[in-house]
Amino acid sequence: MIDIIVNGKKHQVDADPNMPLLWVIRDIIGLTGTKYGCGVAQCGACTVHLNGEAVRSCVTKLSRAEGQEIVTIEALSINNDHPLQLAWNELNVPQCGYCHSGQLMSAAVLLRENHDPSDADIDAAMSGNVCRCGTYQRIRAAIHKAAALQREGAKS
Amino acid sequence: MKKLIILSVLLAMVSVIALSFKTENVSRNIQPAVAKDSIGSVKAFMQVYKVLTSPRCMNCHPAGDVPLQGEDSHLHAMFPQRGIDGKGVFAMKCSNCHQDENTPGLHTPPGNPNWHLPPADMKMVFQGRSPRQLAKQLLDSKQNGHKNKGQLIAHAWDGLVVGAWSPGEGRAIPPMSHAAFAKAWVTWISKGAYAPKK
Repeated sequence: MIDIIVNGKKHQVDADPNMPLLWVIRDIIGLTGTKYGCGVAQCGACTVHLNGEAVRSCVTKLSRAEGQEIVTIEALSINNDHPLQLAWNELNVPQCGYCHSGQLMSAAVLLRENHDPSDADIDAAMSGNVCRCGTYQRIRAAIHKAAALQREGAKS
Repeated sequence: MKKLIILSVLLAMVSVIALSFKTENVSRNIQPAVAKDSIGSVKAFMQVYKVLTSPRCMNCHPAGDVPLQGEDSHLHAMFPQRGIDGKGVFAMKCSNCHQDENTPGLHTPPGNPNWHLPPADMKMVFQGRSPRQLAKQLLDSKQNGHKNKGQLIAHAWDGLVVGAWSPGEGRAIPPMSHAAFAKAWVTWISKGAYAPKK
């Protein structure tokens, strides 16, 4: 049995230590917000936070996550009110939506480390998350919007 | 008195045996006493140069701030950035995709526990350097990670350097064995660390 902490809850998982974290999250724990895209760390759809970093869960082995803190899209905020989620909703960012849990998890790391990102910062942070619908312009606009919301929230 | 002499002889023998086991480590950490030889040194460096400019080494010593990829050393897909510490930026940190070990399969991320580029304040560029430029750069502690010659020699056995010979599926290894590379590396430095003329 391998212990992992997902969204603040401790789980004991009976699985091969080499199993990709993505399958543990989706198939064993049952949190299906994190998506399978390419399986080889090329697209970013499977991005989750491992100790706060935006790892690709399709190539991250369960053994790496043992005893560590995992956060998935389901726990980015308690009431879907993370500034990014509010901005995403307001600007109708997703089209098909498949990649957006990964987009949001990557953007959340950017906003944690940079409260006022430039376009170049956004490009540098988000270039590993592919959107086949091509919503990149709305993603960029929403990150700027979320950054502003976050700064306003910090003031109040 | 006789016992003391026997004890001393035994102690000396044990010391000699113990030192013989240390030889390998010593050779890695200090510069061996070898006569200077500019021709032999440069000849060895030209072997070293072939390895350092092969994709497995040069791809993470790029001229720009984006690592290189593949046997043709093209810019890394997704354009990950070097970052201040050489470990990426924001949601694009190296270890987000590169694990402690190679991920199985073709076109999957190679891995190493210490995966990184040189830091922004000392980029240690290999790409585009002539043999002379690269040799001079490697010997300059202000450009080589603050290494003296002993530390340079030891660097041939650094985990990330050795990892070039286990690059994961579908990737070529450097153009000679690690043993041959290490021998050329040590020879270059121990024979005087001469730089080629060009």
